[in-house]
Amino acid sequence: MTIELTINGKSHKVEADAATPLLYVLRNDLALNGAKFGCGLGQCGACTVLVDGKATLSCITPISLAEGRQVTTVEGLGTAEAPGPVQAAFIELQAAQCGYCIPGMMMSAQGLLQSNPAPTETEIRNALQTNLCRCGTHMRILAAIRRASELMQASLGPVANKRAG
Amino acid sequence: MALRAICIVAVIGFAGFLAFAWRSEIPPEQPNARPAFDPALVAKGAQLAAVGNCIACHTVPGKAAFAGGLALPTPFGTIYSTNITPDAETGLGLWSEAAFQRAMRQGVDREGRHLYPAFPYDHYTRVTTEDSRALYAFIMSRDPVKATAPANELPFPFNVRLILAGWKLLFLREGELPRDASKSEAWNRGAYLTEGLGHCGACHTPRNSLGAMDAKRPFAGGEAEGWQAYAINAESPAPVPWSKDSLAQYLRHGWHPNHGVARGPMAEVTGNLGLLPDADIDAIATYVADIMGTPSPQRQQEAQKRIEDASRRQPHVASAALTQGAAGAGTARSGAAIYASACATCHDSGRPQPFGGLSFRLSSAVNAPNPQNIVNVTLFGLPPADGEAAPVMPSFAGVLSDRDMVALLNHLRAQFTDKPAWTGLEDLVRRTRTGEHKVAVRPADGIERAPANVGAEERR
Repeated sequence: MTIELTINGKSHKVEADAATPLLYVLRNDLALNGAKFGCGLGQCGACTVLVDGKATLSCITPISLAEGRQVTTVEGLGTAEAPGPVQAAFIELQAAQCGYCIPGMMMSAQGLLQSNPAPTETEIRNALQTNLCRCGTHMRILAAIRRASELMQASLGPVANKRAG
Repeated sequence: MALRAICIVAVIGFAGFLAFAWRSEIPPEQPNARPAFDPALVAKGAQLAAVGNCIACHTVPGKAAFAGGLALPTPFGTIYSTNITPDAETGLGLWSEAAFQRAMRQGVDREGRHLYPAFPYDHYTRVTTEDSRALYAFIMSRDPVKATAPANELPFPFNVRLILAGWKLLFLREGELPRDASKSEAWNRGAYLTEGLGHCGACHTPRNSLGAMDAKRPFAGGEAEGWQAYAINAESPAPVPWSKDSLAQYLRHGWHPNHGVARGPMAEVTGNLGLLPDADIDAIATYVADIMGTPSPQRQQEAQKRIEDASRRQPHVASAALTQGAAGAGTARSGAAIYASACATCHDSGRPQPFGGLSFRLSSAVNAPNPQNIVNVTLFGLPPADGEAAPVMPSFAGVLSDRDMVALLNHLRAQFTDKPAWTGLEDLVRRTRTGEHKVAVRPADGIERAPANVGAEERR
């Protein structure tokens, strides 16, 4: 069947079974390779995207459920030249090691900061609870999210040079 | 004349009731006057407190253990659990053992006030004096925490504690249960733990309009914190009948291959039971299995077939579901398509329990007459336990609309059970999602094992 999806503000027509996971369509049909296939079971968070602003595990979300909704992937947060605040903060704090989990981490962070621009440490940890990192850069990831929160609040935009404290 | 007689009778009656309901204060005991407790007694008390699951009600998640203040919604209003740490000002610091024994047996606090039966003294009255002594030793050797619970929110007349004396007259049968000499030692021990400190019936027995357990329908299923507590008598909705062995494994480890993982309030129970010796777990299993009775050969046969079906799923079933999804192309958001993509990878792929999802052929939640639990778990998932491998399920509240939920749940019911379709699903989903029906969402297992999740933080 043909399904129309809105991804990063752009409309796409996709020919696929209604039960196809959104992740497969993003990567295989639309070449949006930011979201990663980790476990395929909705347990690791590497495939996280936003659906209507909420962090969603795209490996276990059928495309039929994404129809008529706004899907945002990590590609929608900014570009290499002009990274969005979350991306800029992750770069600034060097939060990635191997990087496989990072798009998912960034999308969970984006979802959190959109609804709660100044989260507490506990709120950050709760929101990132289902995102796993095997390298163990959690502390830098947490720092990056706190930094992204500052960037967003100050509306300083990307590559801000204001340092905390 | 008649009126006068009635008045006199009423006054005498009321005076009689007051005399009956009156409980005296037990004098305060200064904490520094209390001798140290025998460590062995404290250790025994810790095990018993685990059976009683005291920590679950007497702790606010994220706050100090046993310091109380947890809101307990009841049909009559909201009751807040009390601080049972030995703080002299706000806790049990001034309670002598006699005061503690009286509270357990009669549901009266040290000052002589009747306690609401949210504190399940209708069960705790069955606890022996020796066991209550050990519990007292355990509780009084915790660190005192200064914490005052919010005032109860109960409308008149429920805010008048004197009426509880009437409630007790009707529903409280004080004292221990007699032993049944015709039954085994394990059965009697199991009865003691189940009916007493374990207070299993507090959740698993339906309640009458006065909030007391329906004595005519023991263990016929009740409710707890927004979850259905399944019937654990002959009416159990489990597709595979429970046995003593499967109950013991479930209570010991929090999961069983034919029944899935403990969640909701039951996860706290199985998490706590981890402190118990195997013999006590076996005793509870022996007693509960006896309550459930021996299933008919026909039911056994059906169960066997379900177990075989459940193990014979694997890729072809998931792909069959996918095909069905495609076949129902007209209904893009069909339950089958949602199932194939969102559920089947875990629940229909042969991944073993407890980390793989249970086949819905074996699920009590999908076979139960009331769909509340499957609604809860689909909307809210099973959050991860902290610092502990635990079964995890993502929450689907964000991506499934109420209509999607109904489509999916109807699909599960039709595909995996021979039960009639549920009614009123959409309303139930809406009320659960909005919090109108309040649900306590907890990790799958382990209040003690994952303290940061549920706040059983205890300073030692």
